[in-house]
Amino acid sequence: MPEKIVIDPVTRIEGHLRIEAETDPLPAGKSGYGRVSRASSAGTMIRGIENILRGRDPREAWAFTQRFCGVCTLVHALAAVRAVEAALAYPVPANAQLIRNLMLGSQYVHDHVMHFYHLHAFDWVDLVSALDADPAETARLQQSLSDWHLNSTEYFTGVLQRLQHFVSSGQLGIFASEAWGHPAYRLPPHANLLAFAHYLEVLGWQREVVKVHAVFGGKNPHPNIVIGGMPCAISAGRGRGGQVMPPRASGNRPPPFTGLTAVDAEGLATVAAAIGQMQALVEQVFLPDTLLLAEHYKDYRPETGDDNDWTRIGEGVGNFMTFAEFPNAGMADAPLCIPQGAVLDRDLDRVYPVDPEAGEEIQESVSHSWYDSSYHKDTPLHPYEGETLPHYTGPEPPYRDDQFDVEGDYSWIKSPRWGGRPMETGPLARINLLLATGHAPTISLVDDALAGLGLGRSALYSTLGRTLARNLETQLVAAALPAWLEQLNSNIQSGDLDTFNDSLWDPAVWPDSARGVGLVEAPRGALAHYIVIEDRVISNYQAVVPTTWNASPRDADGQGGPMEMSLLDHHVHDKEHPVELLRTIHTFDPCIACAVHVADTRDDGQLRVDIQGSGPAGS
Amino acid sequence: MQQEPLTVMENLLQQGISRRGFIKICALAASSLSLPAAEARRIARALATSPRPRVIWLHFQECTACTESLTRAFDPELENLLLDMISLEYHETLMVAAGHEAEEMRKKATAECGYILVVEGSLSRRPGWCTIAGEDSNHDLKCLARKAALIIAVGSCAAYGGLPKAAPNPSDAVSVGELMAAGEIAARPLVNLPGCPPVPEVITGTLVHYITYGSAPELDELSRPFAYYAHTVHQRCPRKGSYNAGKFAESFDDEGARRGWCLLHLGCKGPVTRNACSALGWNGGTSMPMHSGHGCLGCSEPDFWDRWEPAGGVYAILDVNKGKQSNRSPRQATGRDEGRRGAANPAIPAGT
Repeated sequence: MPEKIVIDPVTRIEGHLRIEAETDPLPAGKSGYGRVSRASSAGTMIRGIENILRGRDPREAWAFTQRFCGVCTLVHALAAVRAVEAALAYPVPANAQLIRNLMLGSQYVHDHVMHFYHLHAFDWVDLVSALDADPAETARLQQSLSDWHLNSTEYFTGVLQRLQHFVSSGQLGIFASEAWGHPAYRLPPHANLLAFAHYLEVLGWQREVVKVHAVFGGKNPHPNIVIGGMPCAISAGRGRGGQVMPPRASGNRPPPFTGLTAVDAEGLATVAAAIGQMQALVEQVFLPDTLLLAEHYKDYRPETGDDNDWTRIGEGVGNFMTFAEFPNAGMADAPLCIPQGAVLDRDLDRVYPVDPEAGEEIQESVSHSWYDSSYHKDTPLHPYEGETLPHYTGPEPPYRDDQFDVEGDYSWIKSPRWGGRPMETGPLARINLLLATGHAPTISLVDDALAGLGLGRSALYSTLGRTLARNLETQLVAAALPAWLEQLNSNIQSGDLDTFNDSLWDPAVWPDSARGVGLVEAPRGALAHYIVIEDRVISNYQAVVPTTWNASPRDADGQGGPMEMSLLDHHVHDKEHPVELLRTIHTFDPCIACAVHVADTRDDGQLRVDIQGSGPAGS
Repeated sequence: MQQEPLTVMENLLQQGISRRGFIKICALAASSLSLPAAEARRIARALATSPRPRVIWLHFQECTACTESLTRAFDPELENLLLDMISLEYHETLMVAAGHEAEEMRKKATAECGYILVVEGSLSRRPGWCTIAGEDSNHDLKCLARKAALIIAVGSCAAYGGLPKAAPNPSDAVSVGELMAAGEIAARPLVNLPGCPPVPEVITGTLVHYITYGSAPELDELSRPFAYYAHTVHQRCPRKGSYNAGKFAESFDDEGARRGWCLLHLGCKGPVTRNACSALGWNGGTSMPMHSGHGCLGCSEPDFWDRWEPAGGVYAILDVNKGKQSNRSPRQATGRDEGRRGAANPAIPAGT
């Protein structure tokens, strides 16, 4: 019998996501459920931040849009300042570009590594199996993988004991699940213990490496940025300046904020140390773990009860799009430039140019989203022209799974399309565009990894391939970080301390109207913020976000979004523990708070809110 | 088979942390809360005798930065908090279980009263605007608040409505305190930890206080712990000396900015913003906003997105004397848009 498998909430992601998967009837002699024939992705929370932006000072847009998402933290702030800078043709000093590159690059590394260990790992790693591990075997495995220093039997014995104590306490908390022991888990116990050790190690590592954001942006999450450059003047000298640090009543010492500003020799040394920690972990832990995982999951082994081929299933739509990233910041030999373009149907021989401002290229449909677009419901519109009003027509909460109707409107996420096509954005898109444009380091990194696994490039178009792409590209970004820092140091040494251009800071010198798009190739994919400025205030703001592309619902033509399409043909063993679906969903690293937006471009500027069920009949 | 839960100290001792190390952890916890050093002994006693308290962490209209901030805490670190001090029973970003299993676990974990309920994000009064597992977020909170021993509204959205509530408040967002004051959720001890996001150690320190004493830390009239919110960030700002000397940066990269002069003329809201940023520092004391060069956004103050005059918000230059007067009673929003709501300060009940 056809079944509907519902996951709500999808956990280990950012935000509120509901996934429904309909399955075909089960063939005779098979266990579990039939293959997924249709999947629907629904974002179930909305705040309406673009609407809040209307009428405000464009210079402060970044602070609002940054709060789209605290995981992505930097990228929406960067997109907002770039949008204003594009609208005003506002030049940014090279040092500020370098600092932004360092911050964005660090965000890639931090985000990808944390995603893998803390959000994605338990799709592949069985924590309870780790209890059966022989720590000596885990130590031998770690020693065989790399020179990572935490590799002794004593160390892993300690980790195992800690896990045993935790489990024996009877309070498993976030690690509790009846999914442990599911046939989709394949790693041997000693590898599972290795992964748990790294889960804990990376929690400590990530606290250290985000110090890059703290030095330049003052804090993380939500570091500060500014249009026209960076708000982190480089210290003009040494010493404590005018600081006065009153002693605390309790005797607890306040932090020793030495130096005139955070960006002094000590601050730059903190950045250099963090980059070293990033590179060490990526090379010695993250990449070896990735390849170890791929080694265990690359083969199709239905006899285990897991009837999915993880290098063939989970592709999505085969269309990929990226925006240009990492400005060269005056460097003749820039360490990493991601190209801007589109690849269709896996055809890497042809890269299409992408113009985010061209009216016919990027358009958003609300045909299955909870927006009233009275005369545009089925006509996708360019973000500059978009007219969308929140209009919830889903079942009135509380609703049961069978009351949720995916034939009509079913998500707060819109459906952006490029030239009418659903496009995947993110690591797999970047790897494809880098391969298609002949980027030599990417070609050798990817082809060597695949050759080592005995796989061809077609394996990239899969669940495992998407995770491989994310983790491999982390190496490309980590490798680029030192060059940006060296260039910054070299500029400083030659006397160039400029971090901010004040020429267009005063709105009095702005034109009466301006509009622009700020592009960021964010860790989760291609991000565009569109701003329209009238009389020095924001008159329209629209964000088209990576997860909006990836987790979008069906469009007016019935085409599913990449994540919906990626779940097709999955075989689910246990409806209550759909490990297989979660595994593929998490390869997109969905970020739902980012993905849901509303912008009202009606002339009267009033948000019209129309709620089914809250009117006279429903209240 | 469920066994008798181990106490926090048993947990620590059994995994090789010495008694001396244990006392050190307690001393750190005491100092982060500005408690006298002698209190470390009391913390130690409390941790030695209690099982890990249940923590239910809910996500509503939020951006997850508060959760991210929690992971950045240096004292105590998240891994130690998770494994040794609390039992985090429900947390959508971190938990393994999903869908039906996650909801079942939440039901089980909250069957008995006495847990700590942490709320991240504001709540929308519009049906369908924040729904989890088919249930409206307000209903979830109403059900879970009843049996909570303590509710922690983490971050400015849960504490004051935050960004979703910024004018024109499209989603009709409200804070936890507003719902409690309106009688829509049970009146339980409430701690507000404002900040966008809060300083990591403010979140963990508040949890450690509760584990130790079984109650919230001492709170002010906005239900904030005195230990973290008694002072403005200006009072301990690394640039306070230049403020006193009348030296101000006038641009983000002028000579004054490079010499670390005061950022008041660039919009800093430090003088009217109560938070622990300058006292504790961010990211292990690496920096804090003004030390790096941008003014304070005032992100831990009620309705900070709309309360600064004149229109221009983040970069509006504070009238220090006027600002100080208005600190405890935020003024109306700028009125630059008819549809914008006033920044009326919600009546937030006292903590206990």
